[in-house]
Amino acid sequence: MRFSRVSGVSAIALTAALAVAAPASAENVLRWTSQGDALTLDPHSQNEGPTNAMNGQMYESLVTRDADLALQPELAESWTAADDGWTFNLRKGVKFHNGEDFTAEDVVFSFQRAKEEASDFKEQAKSVSAVEIIDDHTVRLITDGPNPILPNQLTGILMMDSGWAEANNVVKPQDFKAKEESFAARNTNGTGPFKLISRAPDELTVLEANGDWWGKGKFPGNIDKIEYRPIANAATRVASLLSGEVDFVLDPPLQDLKRIESADGLKVSTVAQIRSIFFGMDQGVDELRSSDVKGKNPFKDAKVREAFNLAIDKAAIQRVVMEGLSFPTAMITPPGVLGNTPELDESYGFDVEKAKALMVEAGYPDGFSIQLDCPNNRYNNDEKICQAAVAMLAKIGVKVKLDAIPKAQHFPKIQNRTSDFYMLGWGVPTLDSHYVFSYLLEGEGSWNATGYNNAKVNEITKAITTQTDIPKRTAMIDEAWQIIKADMPYVPIHHQVIAWGMADGFDIPIASDDSLRPRFAVKK
Amino acid sequence: MFTFILKRLGQSVLVMAVVSAISFSLFNFVGDPVNNMVGQDATREQRLEIRDALGLDDPITTQYARFMGNALQGEFGLSYRIKQPVDELILARLPATLELVFVSALIALVIGIGLGVYTGIRRKSWVSRTILSTSLIGVSLPTFIIGISLIYIFAVWLRWLPSSGRSGTVELGWWKTSFLTIDGWRSIILPAITLSLFQLTLILRLVRAEMLEVMRTDFIKFARARGLSERAINFTHALRNTLVPVITIIGLNIGGLIAFSVITETVFQWPGTGLMFIQAVDFVDVPIMAAYLVFVALLFVAINLVVDILYMFVDPRIRLGD
Repeated sequence: MRFSRVSGVSAIALTAALAVAAPASAENVLRWTSQGDALTLDPHSQNEGPTNAMNGQMYESLVTRDADLALQPELAESWTAADDGWTFNLRKGVKFHNGEDFTAEDVVFSFQRAKEEASDFKEQAKSVSAVEIIDDHTVRLITDGPNPILPNQLTGILMMDSGWAEANNVVKPQDFKAKEESFAARNTNGTGPFKLISRAPDELTVLEANGDWWGKGKFPGNIDKIEYRPIANAATRVASLLSGEVDFVLDPPLQDLKRIESADGLKVSTVAQIRSIFFGMDQGVDELRSSDVKGKNPFKDAKVREAFNLAIDKAAIQRVVMEGLSFPTAMITPPGVLGNTPELDESYGFDVEKAKALMVEAGYPDGFSIQLDCPNNRYNNDEKICQAAVAMLAKIGVKVKLDAIPKAQHFPKIQNRTSDFYMLGWGVPTLDSHYVFSYLLEGEGSWNATGYNNAKVNEITKAITTQTDIPKRTAMIDEAWQIIKADMPYVPIHHQVIAWGMADGFDIPIASDDSLRPRFAVKK
Repeated sequence: MFTFILKRLGQSVLVMAVVSAISFSLFNFVGDPVNNMVGQDATREQRLEIRDALGLDDPITTQYARFMGNALQGEFGLSYRIKQPVDELILARLPATLELVFVSALIALVIGIGLGVYTGIRRKSWVSRTILSTSLIGVSLPTFIIGISLIYIFAVWLRWLPSSGRSGTVELGWWKTSFLTIDGWRSIILPAITLSLFQLTLILRLVRAEMLEVMRTDFIKFARARGLSERAINFTHALRNTLVPVITIIGLNIGGLIAFSVITETVFQWPGTGLMFIQAVDFVDVPIMAAYLVFVALLFVAINLVVDILYMFVDPRIRLGD
């Protein structure tokens, strides 16, 4: 007997040693991947996709969005507007991962921290000028004047524990001039549904369900453990899904979707993204930098802008370049954002003959030459879209020289307003047109390199920040979009599509903001 | 002899200075890091402030002088991307790269020399011909294609090995090693093969050519005449005489393996210095790029220096001619 017992034990040990890769069966583990790792676990230091995705699983905000992007209570249970701010009733009995209670004081602290110079969320937190404690579970966010969309602006501002931050000397987000790494970059203490277990940057981050989470039992999700491995190379990422090493890929390349769908036990889900792709035309300068037209700027003529809009066949781009995965449009903001309507979204159409006639009318029967600046590593098929546009514009005599370069070189051209004709994509975290107007259409907008400067649009952009009468405000937004649709400062191409690849055994609701929401993820 | 070493050292410093200056001046063309450091909703003023604080608007010579001044004091700054000290980052990633390079050098050596000897001796057999023609794959296919093909064969199709990553590591002090677990070996094998193929082909062909040469020489004929066994002739006499040029090439190529592990590491998500460099380029993380390039230059210069000094011992003519 003695012998067999020993061999039995060693057999178990051996099986355990060999079965390193197999997860324990009782646990629901979600293993997933995407292109990049979080840059830091500090919730206010970097406002960037993968970082927000990671931190949003451990930290929470007052208000959040569900998979349909509707506003939902998170750490606040309800909120009401007043003339000089909003009152938020905080959820009671919420605890941070270290056991501390979540109270009004933490809200005050978190807003202060998000407004710090080194915070990457200071623009989002800007509208809150101060936070007033009414009692332990009620706060008043003071704004400069009425702010009708404040809750929309708060979904990115995550709440930290003031006591923990003080104890660990992370009262301010890390400064890029600092000499040392901040404690909060690798350690977390949120209120969220998952807790950090281990982290090796660019390798593996393991999170475990938070047993004391306030939302336990209130959401359909049943994931006990999350393993995240970033994989930079797209082909490798897809291979790891095909080989069954991960259950979920956030960003499979569009050309691989068919292969994923045809593989056994895998599926793809798609949804329209909150991001539109368009070309900007600089109609502000007196002479274009890259054109053979001297002494005047052809883009100042609305006929030329209309000709460009008619000459680019968005349906063909959808069919040929995007393999159907895009929504052609005449707006630079997608459905889901307040202000987009089906009528406005209706494409300008494709009419080369009319475009040619417009060019003749504008005085350019033989067209002109111009440079198109395009990123080659930012949007879905960005460079290919630009190449297609070059061929299409050639048909109305416009000789386009394409300059497709990495985003790190492309975006400064737009910010410094040194591009004549460029591609840009724009997502809208607040789901409100104000975010589009203030950056892309208002004369001084920091991403408006078109030089478009319409007094009425500028006025509306300003007015809607304080207009609290919602129907009135929506009408103003609509008015601005009507003007923009007629003026055509941009050539809208399409709204992007998001595609997720996952194993059949998982039900993960896809969302237009491309965020994974593990609290809704179900392992069947 | 002492003056020889001093002279070589002086040349090395010069090379380092030139390499770092050239690589530094290239950073001007990589793009604007600030755009990646702040969200899209940052204002123009905020961007300008950061540019100013980082000194990005200073003339490139000033920036270079500042970088060299700090570097000489061992200060490489903080990564723009992950905000950790650059020297710590490189040190933390170095074991992954060094182990990968070690295993691929081993594969290249053992298989390369073995096949080289075989094809050198049995040069007419069909096995040799097959080896020689398939070895062309190693030099003609890009690393990226080789890596992806191996992933599809061994991870997706056969499911024998993991497709990417570095699992099963054990920490020995600050050094994380893959060598102590089965899982560690399972994850290192595909990237190591991918990285080794080019060197393997090179060594194979070099050894084969040298073998063919040596086998024609008189001392092999005499060895045969003395009645030595084929085995003794091939491995003790012939092979030993082919190894001098092979060792030289390998010495120089170790540096190359480290520098060119960039693509292999990206394909396999191998968390080494190469992957970090690619991500730094993407982000325009100047402190990491600068430190990494200086590090690679230092590596090449050091290896060359050692090789030069070794030559001096091996071949007295170099010393005398000096």
